[in-house]
Amino acid sequence: MGFEQVVFYLFATVLIAAAISVVTVRNPVYAALFLILAFFSSSATWIMMEAEFLGVVLILVYVGAVMVLFLFVIMMLDINLEVIREGFMRYLPVGILVAVAIAAEMILILASDKLDKPMPQPAPADYDNTKALGEVLYTQYVYPFEIAAVILLVAMIAAIVLTHRKRSRSKSQNPSLQVRVTKGSDRVRLVKMKSEGKVGE
Amino acid sequence: MEFFSSIWGFVPEWLQILIVILLKIVAIILPLILAVAYTTYAERKIIGYMQDRLGPNRVGPKGWLQPIADTVKLMFKEILQPTKASVAVFYIAPLLALAPALIVWAVIPFSETMILADINVGLLFILAIASLDVFGIILAGWASNSKYAILSSLRAGAQVVSYEIAMGFALVGVLMAAGSLNLNDIIKAQSGNITDWFVWPLFGLFAVFFISGVAETNRAPFDVAEGESEIVAGFHVEYSGMAFALFFLAEYASMLMVSTLAGVLFLGGWLSPFQGLDFLIDLPIIGMFFGNGVHWLLLKTAFFIFLYFWFRATFPRYRYDQIMRLGWKILIPVTLVWIFLEGAAIALGWKPWLS
Repeated sequence: MGFEQVVFYLFATVLIAAAISVVTVRNPVYAALFLILAFFSSSATWIMMEAEFLGVVLILVYVGAVMVLFLFVIMMLDINLEVIREGFMRYLPVGILVAVAIAAEMILILASDKLDKPMPQPAPADYDNTKALGEVLYTQYVYPFEIAAVILLVAMIAAIVLTHRKRSRSKSQNPSLQVRVTKGSDRVRLVKMKSEGKVGE
Repeated sequence: MEFFSSIWGFVPEWLQILIVILLKIVAIILPLILAVAYTTYAERKIIGYMQDRLGPNRVGPKGWLQPIADTVKLMFKEILQPTKASVAVFYIAPLLALAPALIVWAVIPFSETMILADINVGLLFILAIASLDVFGIILAGWASNSKYAILSSLRAGAQVVSYEIAMGFALVGVLMAAGSLNLNDIIKAQSGNITDWFVWPLFGLFAVFFISGVAETNRAPFDVAEGESEIVAGFHVEYSGMAFALFFLAEYASMLMVSTLAGVLFLGGWLSPFQGLDFLIDLPIIGMFFGNGVHWLLLKTAFFIFLYFWFRATFPRYRYDQIMRLGWKILIPVTLVWIFLEGAAIALGWKPWLS
């Protein structure tokens, strides 16, 4: 068994164990942590398949950004496990149906001869995955890529506009106004006063 | 020697690779931890002198053994665990804080050949691993079951996520100028002489990078995560002994990391500032000093670490909303404009830097 195989089986085992734990552990925060572990291990297997750009971006985007927000939300919510478990038996038939459908689809795809391609040759050592991806994205697929980017931007702005509301009772400061105060007129008010007379005069 | 090489022959190939990699990791981690210990000493001494004090001077000559004494003290202290803490996460959190701070060193080129993993996507790898730092903080805050800790971890989480964007854009500028994500290629793209360093054409990005680096590591003046006057000690308020020491270690390892990165990306890493002045490098013995080598990277790192201490002794702590304003409304627009102008300069072939 070569070194690469040892590493592959290590990460694959961790990945499957973590993925099972995501749906079986009771605590939602633990489930999120196992999801992070699953992302991490799958990123490692991608890197072993010479897709180093995708592997690193998976960690950067999903683990570093998406899961952080996920964890924030889960920590802030007061999740009551009893309430979530209530309808388990009622939804079980639908769940089984969905699971069977997904399994059947996967078996159909994996068993078909569409996937019977010859083993790809490993790329030479100086092959740059990132560069190859960039060249394809910015030449052949430049319009689909840009349109996808614009759609994402629109969705982002829409989400901000829909959720942003002006709170009338908020007493928040405006830092840019605070920074721009001038030393003389804004901070010190000079008042001219007549000096009082001495006591007893 | 013969004996060892004959034993080595019997070891299976995958185990050989594993042993060699592990030895290399130890060769990086041990000096790093020693450096962290003496960084804490340097910080206390330097800030002490800046404030007209002596700093630690009791343990050993001139206080040289102070970090050792501190380590021993922390090791023998009891690790207290709050009631109703989430036990597993409470103990995993310090490890999650420390691990990313150590992993990143795998791709740092200390000299042209002294590098553990010379990977294609080095810069992206650093960005990805640096984004994991925040987990240690938010999990520590959550698992402690303490309101001060969770307040601090929310602040720190928002701050780190925000400044990561500015930092990422600053790194995009470096990537555009070097035309590579490999850290050794980025350093080599800066060779020539001192004016070829990226700090000159990319000065704005360099400033943004270091400011966001200070914010990413939760150091003064951006240390709202541990604002003593408001939330006691922040996310690690419930931690004691070695568990606390791990957070401490992680913070200083990240500081060293940001300093080293600033040196690698903008100041030419292991390149000597005397490059191009051949009469100095050809000198018999001191030529070694003037030539390229790991000592230049260490000097550059030391300079940035000194800046960290200087900031801490100089600036008052930022208010939380001002931190957010600085990150989103000033640093990110600066990087965007700078990247746009840089792209134009590259398109126009602005010699000598951007070809």
